[in-house]
Amino acid sequence: MREAASDAKSGGLTLSGLTKHFGSFTAVDNVDLDIQRGEFLTLLGPSGSGKTTLLMMIAGFLDITAGDILLDGRSIRDVPAERRNFGMVFQGYALFPHMTVRDNIGYALDVRKRPRAEIAARVDEMLDLVQLTEFGHRKPGQLSGGQQQRVALARALAFAPPVLLLDEPLGALDKKLRIEVQDQLKDIHQRVGTTFVYVTHDQEEALSMSDRIVIMQQGRIEQLGTPNELYEHPRTRFAAGFLGKSNFLTMPDGTYALRPEKIDIAPGGQMNGTARLTGTIRGITYFGAVQKLMVAVEGRDDIEVDVDSWRNPHALREGQPVDLGWSDTAAVRLEDT
Amino acid sequence: MRVLGRHISPGWLLVAPLLLVVLAFYAGPLANILWLSVTDPEPGIGNYQKLYQTDALGRILWTTFRICLITTFFSVALGYSVAYAMVHAHARNQHVMLTFLLVSFWISVLVRTFAWLMLLGRNGLVNESMEAIGLISEPVRFMRNELGVLIGMVHYMVPYAVLPLLANMQTLDTRVMAASRNLGATGTQTFWRIYLPLTAPGLIAASLLVFILSLGFYVTPAILGGGKVLMVAEYISVQLLVTLNWGTAAMLGTLMLFSVLALLWLMSRFMQLSAAFGGGATR
Repeated sequence: MREAASDAKSGGLTLSGLTKHFGSFTAVDNVDLDIQRGEFLTLLGPSGSGKTTLLMMIAGFLDITAGDILLDGRSIRDVPAERRNFGMVFQGYALFPHMTVRDNIGYALDVRKRPRAEIAARVDEMLDLVQLTEFGHRKPGQLSGGQQQRVALARALAFAPPVLLLDEPLGALDKKLRIEVQDQLKDIHQRVGTTFVYVTHDQEEALSMSDRIVIMQQGRIEQLGTPNELYEHPRTRFAAGFLGKSNFLTMPDGTYALRPEKIDIAPGGQMNGTARLTGTIRGITYFGAVQKLMVAVEGRDDIEVDVDSWRNPHALREGQPVDLGWSDTAAVRLEDT
Repeated sequence: MRVLGRHISPGWLLVAPLLLVVLAFYAGPLANILWLSVTDPEPGIGNYQKLYQTDALGRILWTTFRICLITTFFSVALGYSVAYAMVHAHARNQHVMLTFLLVSFWISVLVRTFAWLMLLGRNGLVNESMEAIGLISEPVRFMRNELGVLIGMVHYMVPYAVLPLLANMQTLDTRVMAASRNLGATGTQTFWRIYLPLTAPGLIAASLLVFILSLGFYVTPAILGGGKVLMVAEYISVQLLVTLNWGTAAMLGTLMLFSVLALLWLMSRFMQLSAAFGGGATR
């Protein structure tokens, strides 16, 4: 099928003024977004932020209240889901339980009435891509969660879609497996060159895999940028607090976000006059590589300071008075104060 | 507990009264029927030999089988679409539909059969209306034939078909159907290749339930068939009450009992019966 052929020339998505109402509730509110072809873009937000609704509108499962979706410049607003040719990895995978892994992966080509030999060859290729060659004749119920996740990925990529939509695909996996699959997913993205639109509420997933991240809140785009941009220059309190941790400091000219790991800490009086704040250590939590220190500062909220454990030269203890300092670029002034 | 458990589980004590009642009032009479079938009027398998010696008996069995099969087919087909509509309706409409279903479920078979009698008669509502709008010139014979029996039985059986199908359809993950569409399958393709196979356990359960219940149908064939359509249950009643041929009646009862058991055994080889009847919601 012609439109199924994925090449670098296809897969650019434009959302313009996209809006979705459910009754009086606005799930997605006037979203404008350009998704580059071949990009790994993550929609990140808490539950109820509209990220899944946005994905379902792109997939064609939800009607659009207002606005438009363009694929390579052409509107696909009125194209039904089955003709959009977008691959999708569902939450919980949604594999066909009565079919073998091979039949699951070959399904998209089978319903397009492609020749058997071609389907078999493509299924072999996909099984190889997700490293499940020996499992082709099993049923989904006989696979582990991680393996099912890979079958879902292979099934969605088998017809070479220009765009792959992923709805919290790692949500059901345990933490260790999740990190492993993140690497595989990133690797597969680079190999197939398809545009990935990835929905998650997990900030670590978003940071480690994405080319760009869209932080969403209450149906709107809170901030858009590369992981580095968003982490280093959050524009709003929400963005600073949702992606990574932040201390919020109220200064005469506004509120500043300050990452816990960018704060220097020393026993009281030892900073030679560069201390910006002084306080007392109220608690220490040990995490192996890092220690989180909660510092009580007169007249302010407690400030969290992350210190590399191996670097803690002063053997700081609870109750000890400390000086806090940071460089001028460490504190980022927020726009929404 | 271990010592006690080795001899007799305390659970048995709890069910013992019920067990006694079942033995006394169910298993006992059942055994009596089995016994009668080989002893009345004289010991031997004479009653069973009648099966192939008398044409009438064979005809009755064939009629019963045929009517049950047709009833099953139409009840399950109608039940499938009703269940499908219910699963996909909004929650409030779903309650309304379920209420209607259960109301017809609870109304006595006698009442429902007589209702059809009024509707389908020569001067019934259906014939009168069709004549009035000029669809027919002669009243259609809906009753005292197989058509009437089938209409009555299908109507009675639809709720029995809907319930197992509904239980089955409610456990399906709608994302699986969404995935099929996302992969490019049309609605028709999704139905035949995904939805229908996934509802097969419900279809089998519903068919089995309707077929088994139909086998024992008595009131509806007697009234709507008007003596022209003789099914096993009615024949047994005639043997018991009119001709006092208890041996033949017991033989037919035994035959039906073992047919049903054989059906269940056959099914259990293909699937878990508990799953088919809704016990399998926890996959």
